[in-house]
Amino acid sequence: MSIITIDRLPTDALQGDGGGLAPTRTVVAYGFWIFILSDIVLFAALFAAYAVLSGNTAGGPTGRELFNLRNVFVETACLLLSSYTCGVGMLCAERRQAAVFLLFAAATFILGAAFLSIELSEFVGMAEAGAGPTRSAFLSSFFTLVGMHGAHVTAGLLWLLYMVAQVLAKGLRAVVLRRLLCFSLFWHALDIVWIGVMTLVYLMGAR
Amino acid sequence: MDGTERLFGDRSPGVEHHESTANFLSYTVGLGLAVAATIASFVVSQTGLLWEPGVPVGLVVLAFAQIGVHLVFFLHLGSGPDHTNNIMALAFGVWVVFLVIAGSCWITANLHANMMDMPINMVR
Repeated sequence: MSIITIDRLPTDALQGDGGGLAPTRTVVAYGFWIFILSDIVLFAALFAAYAVLSGNTAGGPTGRELFNLRNVFVETACLLLSSYTCGVGMLCAERRQAAVFLLFAAATFILGAAFLSIELSEFVGMAEAGAGPTRSAFLSSFFTLVGMHGAHVTAGLLWLLYMVAQVLAKGLRAVVLRRLLCFSLFWHALDIVWIGVMTLVYLMGAR
Repeated sequence: MDGTERLFGDRSPGVEHHESTANFLSYTVGLGLAVAATIASFVVSQTGLLWEPGVPVGLVVLAFAQIGVHLVFFLHLGSGPDHTNNIMALAFGVWVVFLVIAGSCWITANLHANMMDMPINMVR
């Protein structure tokens, strides 16, 4: 009669070298990464629409006449710096330095709000100049794509305010840190979408 | 903080540590590379540095380089065992993005080319 040895299974399973249980942090980040990728597929559809329709100006203004690359450069600088302050703020949060985190969160919020205000003033200026989303297929797809990115930035800013409130109310405990990790992934992913917008829409459109 | 959270923190039972690849230096290096790629993109698009027909290719290459910088230095995508699933999901996402964008452009370019061949007496 043989006895099944059960003492080997747990030691193998608990090594954490790829075969064991992953940290909750890793699992949460993976789930949120799946969401980010699905969001990027949404943007891919809008990029495809823009790529197809960008030549159909219907006799209206073209990107070359409309886009102000100086504004675009400032917008890009705001987003890149806000990603940096967001990342460094996360590091401070993980080291339980709540005051420094709040400082960097404020910087992230101000930079994101600066980006949004530049984008909104650009949209309003274009609409007032008769280049609103109803003017041509090019402008419809432009406002949909760039506006969708702007809507994501707006959602990110509201989420950031909500996270600051959570840090103030609950402190930097593990569950709050995991939510902060998801926020920072979202914020960095918006930068990746913006690189696509900057290259395809503005830099190629202004030529 | 309740007892369960103090015991296990942000990890499942049985796992002793979590690797943190993030540090201040990696964010700073990432910011530097991203700023360099952005400035290079603007220079390429606004000056005659590159051969004119090659400018779109240069811009696309710079964009992919910058996306890579963001993935590694800001999103901390690595090659460790913790990241295998993330990389697989990313590969699938890139594939879907490629299908949607390249497929749309291909199909509509084909339709457009066929429209161009329409005889002049059919145009109203």
